[in-house]
Amino acid sequence: MSDRLRVLVAMSGGVDSGVAAALLAEQGHEVTGVTLKLWCHGVAPAAPRACCTLESIEQARAVARRLGFPHFVVDAEEAFRAHVLQPFLDDYAAGRTPYPCALCNQHLKFGDLFARLDSLGADRLATGHYARLEPLADGTPALLRAADLAKDQSYALALTPRAALPRLLFPLGSLTKVEVREHGRRLGLALWDRPESQDLCFVPDGDYAGFIAQSQGGERGATPGPFEDSEGCRLGTHRGIIHYTVGQRRGLGLAAAEPLYVLALDAGRNAVVVGPRAALLAPGLVTARVHWLTSAPPADGTCAGVKIRYNHGGADATLHPCADGACAARFEQPQVAVTPGQLAVFYDGNRVLGGAAIERALPPRATDAAGAARATDAAPTAVT
Amino acid sequence: MIYFDHNASTPVRPEVVEAMHAVLADVSANPSSLHREGQRARAAVERAREQVAALLHARPDDVVFTSGGTEGDHAGLIGAAWALEPQGRRIAFAALEHHAVHGAAEVLARSGFEIEHLPVLADGWVLPAALDALPADTTVVAVMLANNETGVLQPVAEIVRRARARGLRVLCDAVQAAGKIPADFEVLGADYLVVSGHKFGGPKGAGALIVRPGAPFEPLFRGSGHERGRRGGTENVPGIVGLGLAAELAAREQRAEAVRLLALRERFERGLRVVLPDLVVHGARAPRLPNTVNASFPGARSDHLLMALDARGIEVSAGAACASGAVEPSPVLASMGVPRELAVCALRFSMGRTTTEAEVDEVAAAVGEAVRAVRAASAGGGA
Repeated sequence: MSDRLRVLVAMSGGVDSGVAAALLAEQGHEVTGVTLKLWCHGVAPAAPRACCTLESIEQARAVARRLGFPHFVVDAEEAFRAHVLQPFLDDYAAGRTPYPCALCNQHLKFGDLFARLDSLGADRLATGHYARLEPLADGTPALLRAADLAKDQSYALALTPRAALPRLLFPLGSLTKVEVREHGRRLGLALWDRPESQDLCFVPDGDYAGFIAQSQGGERGATPGPFEDSEGCRLGTHRGIIHYTVGQRRGLGLAAAEPLYVLALDAGRNAVVVGPRAALLAPGLVTARVHWLTSAPPADGTCAGVKIRYNHGGADATLHPCADGACAARFEQPQVAVTPGQLAVFYDGNRVLGGAAIERALPPRATDAAGAARATDAAPTAVT
Repeated sequence: MIYFDHNASTPVRPEVVEAMHAVLADVSANPSSLHREGQRARAAVERAREQVAALLHARPDDVVFTSGGTEGDHAGLIGAAWALEPQGRRIAFAALEHHAVHGAAEVLARSGFEIEHLPVLADGWVLPAALDALPADTTVVAVMLANNETGVLQPVAEIVRRARARGLRVLCDAVQAAGKIPADFEVLGADYLVVSGHKFGGPKGAGALIVRPGAPFEPLFRGSGHERGRRGGTENVPGIVGLGLAAELAAREQRAEAVRLLALRERFERGLRVVLPDLVVHGARAPRLPNTVNASFPGARSDHLLMALDARGIEVSAGAACASGAVEPSPVLASMGVPRELAVCALRFSMGRTTTEAEVDEVAAAVGEAVRAVRAASAGGGA
């Protein structure tokens, strides 16, 4: 880049955003680092892997000091509660398995913080996400998977407002994680060999149920109820639906001839429906209203790749946009554990077409059961 | 950049830099050494003691050199409370006192001392009459001469009068006032007075505690007899020399500089009101330091404003920062009853010797721009 830009860099305190900021500064851009304070640091456990602890803010500040650019902390606790935490709690109580990182990106980084660019006289907003932006034939930018497919984070960015794309920068999109760590080491950033964060930043110990019970201070979703099979026969008692997610096998405490998996969570009846692995297969899904990153929704029957959770390898499907803005996707091969609340992200090759929360799986067809043995295991986890 | 954060620290005077440089280069002996070189170092320290005493209208013998305001508040408050322990184990001060006073009180609380909080009025000053209601075992009251955030001058003389009537000792934190307004140890009548060099053109890490003759005092730092047994530790000779010269310069220029700064402050507030008629100046009805304006801009949060002003080349302060570095609503404003939604929109502007009329006008205009931009971003979905 030859033009010197004023770039605001959202820094989480991790190696990725630290290197992203440092590389921009090295390229001669006028960098300002900002860390959104999403969570009360006074009482949060200082888990070394969490991405929004006090220590993380200090790490971000240390990168800024080392590279000689200014760094600020912006309190975003209210917006975080309203746009990320509350929907997270509501989703769990409703028997869904949310993906809060996408909401955090959509509303906080590429929403609120993006809205501040002009007030700060900044040209661009950069983050340490692994994804790429490339211009289409008409000059508008397209969101693409990262060059390092193992690190690709385009899934977490699918809800990014389309209007924001022209002013975003993802400096790591063409690099591998190994290269990024090497840059971190070369730049003398203390955090270059820090462990990857694998859990939600606001639940660093991974105990979602405990966190939810503590955060909402109530019993929503924590009341014991029946385990049922697909016919409605009671098989036992569950601990509360917030403890379960579609595709889960461990921790059910049910004795059966064959392993049982969670098939569905019925919040209305406070029931957890379980069944054999074959019953987890779904031929397709229906989403909530889709956030398209294209100028118009694709034509009915368009072939696309679909990712149904962060670490899903992707499945070929045909898309069938609905009049109400939702979209149905029919898989070429049935997929395991289509989980309401997780995102379905649609791809044309490497390009992200759009994404939306999964509303429900399409009901299985009798012939699909055979695919169960082939499908890979996959309980959704929430990872950025 | 335009620096409007002189209450945090004001640039070291060039004359002070020069004097300190000379001491660093030429005066290497320990002032306690009895040889000729030691006597030279001692002479430099004692000259500075006279300079500091002159600024504060105190006796040189009453000046105890410290590392700055925090040490001064600790040494004064703890030193007095310890010495007065037979009479009681209770101290009193208001929430608007500096963190250092709160910190010193925490040290005392660890060993069972009780803390009374004096009420603060909406205009930003401590209510002196509250002293009359303090429990009988109260021994020391702390009150600052000027508040560091709002600049509001506290009724120290009235507090001292009421304290005297009850036999209470008074610690006056004059860190933010010294060099900006008269801080006269005799007129104030306090028993202990605290100042810090880097607030009036001296270096960081050098300050003084003034202890009235006969005032009960136990030293915090012990083990050697420095500072007439009141503060152990080899003297920070270059820092003390810098502090002394800064005090002398301030004493000479304070009156004229206060007049100049007051005119600038009034010009600045007028300028702000023109571009932002809905601003709220905290402590506006109280007598204030001539260099300080603390104002809230409804609908524009101070963490956003701080960044927006930084991007425009202007450096200000946004209340208190929490451990994370995020801006938090100021306990000082809270103690004045400022609602939280207004307190989170407060900025502190503090001017100094280098501030010019042109800077004042530029900052007022830039604040207008920044506030409008931040409000627009917040209305457009921003947090």
